[in-house]
Amino acid sequence: MHLLYSIFADPFVQMWGSPDLLAQTLWEGLVSGVLYALIALGFVLIFKASGVFNFAQGIMMVFAALTLVGFYEKGVPAWLALILAIGVMYLLALAVERVVLRPLVNQPDIMLFMATFGLTYLLIGTGELVFGGDPKEMPVAALGLPKGAIDLKILGGLVSLQKIDIAAAVIASIMVAGLAVFFQKTRIGRALRAVADDHQAALSVGISLNQIWVIVWFTAGIVALATGIMWGARSDVSFALQVIALKALPVLILGGFTSVPGAIVGGLIIGVGEKLGEFYWGPLVGGGIESWLAYAIALVFLLFKPEGLFGEKIIERI
Amino acid sequence: MSGRDILLDVQNVSLSFGGVRAISDVSFDIAKGEIRAIIGPNGAGKTSMLNVINGFYHPQQGRISFNGRTRARMKPYEAASQGIARTFQNVALFKGMSTLDNILAGRALKMKRGFVWQLLRHGPALDEEIEHRKFCEEIIDFLEIEHIRKAPVGTLPYGLQKRVELGRALAMEPTLLLLDEPMAGMNLEEKQDMSRFIVEVNRHFGTTIALIEHDIGVVMDLSDRIVVLEYGHKIADGTPDAVKSDQKVIDAYLGVAH
Repeated sequence: MHLLYSIFADPFVQMWGSPDLLAQTLWEGLVSGVLYALIALGFVLIFKASGVFNFAQGIMMVFAALTLVGFYEKGVPAWLALILAIGVMYLLALAVERVVLRPLVNQPDIMLFMATFGLTYLLIGTGELVFGGDPKEMPVAALGLPKGAIDLKILGGLVSLQKIDIAAAVIASIMVAGLAVFFQKTRIGRALRAVADDHQAALSVGISLNQIWVIVWFTAGIVALATGIMWGARSDVSFALQVIALKALPVLILGGFTSVPGAIVGGLIIGVGEKLGEFYWGPLVGGGIESWLAYAIALVFLLFKPEGLFGEKIIERI
Repeated sequence: MSGRDILLDVQNVSLSFGGVRAISDVSFDIAKGEIRAIIGPNGAGKTSMLNVINGFYHPQQGRISFNGRTRARMKPYEAASQGIARTFQNVALFKGMSTLDNILAGRALKMKRGFVWQLLRHGPALDEEIEHRKFCEEIIDFLEIEHIRKAPVGTLPYGLQKRVELGRALAMEPTLLLLDEPMAGMNLEEKQDMSRFIVEVNRHFGTTIALIEHDIGVVMDLSDRIVVLEYGHKIADGTPDAVKSDQKVIDAYLGVAH
């Protein structure tokens, strides 16, 4: 009886009792949700265009951030380091297309998937060789990102919003909106969807697969860089960050692998769910809910709605 | 028959996959404005020949000239940009996209405006988009598929999918249209519709057509000239009447006592 009370009643009594704490928890959930959504977006881009789950997306995020910090620590001004990092992501996209994708064209998807594993370890090795394995500090101020917090005296308490989190939310929203329009409304967007559906048919109407792949991987690289900067600003830039990228998996299962809006909604649900779960239900099981709740939610979705909230229903005539 | 302009000239083409010879030393040409059929029993190398023509396969030997230009290795999108469009034996459509979007995809090479303009949906890009949509709507009218304009093509019956695929190829305004078994799996009525479309495309737009088809009746009615392949070799080439009475062709199709 007591257990039922502490699961189904007590958390809500607490929420009602101190709405400021609830607001703070919700806000933190939303912010990490936005960042999950950004990571998931990188996956969705590549999955849409090449039907491949890009295992290397996490390390791409770390690699991009490391490149930025690496240049900055060599004395390059922050804005130039940013541009150089974007340039490096472009070179990476070219190299991936040339060395990984082109030789594997028309091979089963699993081959490409395995190739992204290879890419992951290659990037980890290269990253450690060039930048070293130590965590690095993201030059937040030099990049023009705000520091500090805004304290709101509302709901009978204090809700504190980190400025960097607000910036992250704004930047993420702009990127997401831009990508959504890009996919739906432009010639290249249509070509991307065409390539995703059928390689041969896309080739036959004159779409160059090589060009499309470079565009997609470059876009995913830019998304990775933005995500890397945001995560790096909240903690440090280190290889441990790539583990966070795995959180994108439940986000994608929730939102659907092929949907940009799905990545966003999925990210927000997972982010908020995690924080609420940890704060209100965590103590019941001694904490640590945050690390597995996302996967539990994903499992439930796999049972009842395997294509996700917004994913394309798998239509097949037989 | 002589004195016609040659659009595509295939000279001594051989293609093999490892030790398997798909095409052996085949030569033929396609004249401007004709309907040219490629027939032969299963495994004769017909689809391989189409794949060579539109750049999916690169032959080990031989030369191909298109529109007076001889090429060495050509990529599929280069073939497309020179005006070679095609359909596929097993229907290769963008299944998640609507009929209209599929046909618009055929305009990929014709859209030139930068994507920044397209993102803004403004100015020249908007005019361009409208212009291409108009063209595609005309194709949709022509193929009588107005009712499925918005439907995701993955949900359509096979006969209609084949028609959408033809529409996408027509959207490219091709000089040479390659059709790989356009009537496979169709009932009589659908076959008649498709035959009518092929003839109209050929007559009204002057599009040169090369087609592979197993229905001999259809082939004899539609085509100006026929190439017959067997085991990768060319065994006959000529008008329907000439091919029909060719002993080698009769043997290939009916079998022969050895």
